[in-house]
Amino acid sequence: MIPLQAAAMALVAVFALAVALTRDLVRLAMLSSLYALTLVVLFLVFQAPDVALSELVVGGVAFPLVIVVAIVMQRGG
Amino acid sequence: MTRQLRIGLFAVSASGLAALLLWAVAGLPDFGHYRQRYGLLLQQVAVGERHATNVVTAVVFDYRGFDTLGEELILFASVIGVALLLREVRDEAARLRDRMRSDAVGLIGIGFAAGLLVLGLYVIAHGPITPGGGFQGGVVVAAAFAIAYLAGDYRAYRRLTPQPALDFVEGVGAGGYAVVGIVSMLLGSAYLYNFGPLGEPGTLASAGSISILNIAVALEVSAAFVLLFTEFLEELSVMRAQGR
Repeated sequence: MIPLQAAAMALVAVFALAVALTRDLVRLAMLSSLYALTLVVLFLVFQAPDVALSELVVGGVAFPLVIVVAIVMQRGG
Repeated sequence: MTRQLRIGLFAVSASGLAALLLWAVAGLPDFGHYRQRYGLLLQQVAVGERHATNVVTAVVFDYRGFDTLGEELILFASVIGVALLLREVRDEAARLRDRMRSDAVGLIGIGFAAGLLVLGLYVIAHGPITPGGGFQGGVVVAAAFAIAYLAGDYRAYRRLTPQPALDFVEGVGAGGYAVVGIVSMLLGSAYLYNFGPLGEPGTLASAGSISILNIAVALEVSAAFVLLFTEFLEELSVMRAQGR
């Protein structure tokens, strides 16, 4: 494993831990989006651009969007 | 069970799990040293047999095309489920105002949306040639619509994505995939067997029915994700309109 790959994996580990430790839901939505971004970097570094592209949209946009809307609905607008 | 006991139990099992994981990761082949026969074989035969220079697409839409039918139907069924659940409880009388107030955000957003749309269509069209394909391109196209919502208002977004058209496109994408398989059978081969015609490898329409399946999946995925966004955003807008 080259240093760049190791760095990308460490970054994913840090953000995954942050997501797991976050209690506030709005922060969770934003952090999970950033976590998806670190995964995108990981996939790119491991030469899987197609997987990176779907992760970018599904993890970076769709998932946080659904969470944010669910939070708003929970709090009643 | 006391708190201390729980923490102790967790520490023991977590360190055991961590050790097993480390052991497994240490035993993985190095990056770039693939050892399985199936992948190596496919890399040798896929371009010659199916004229698709993107071997992943050849696997997804041809050698393992039947699996992809199942995956596509999973997405189809889950989005239908979301639509059923959310549409039922929605008060249709409540109509929506959701103004976006900054012209700068609007302008930049529309620029982003246009760029994303072109990128998505490019990724879809080049599915058999370069990394990407119907699923990846489809989600990028859907993201373009999500950005269009953020940049404009909800009414403009709904004009861009009329519900009947979305439902229709999603159905055509999901059903079209299955129909292509039946066409293979009518032509006398196995379900979803590539019936060509194969073109020059590396050109857009090179890979026969892989290209058709690719477009069917692109339609299904983009419509499914836009539908998903729409259902959730509509929920929001109705709430705002009701002043809750």
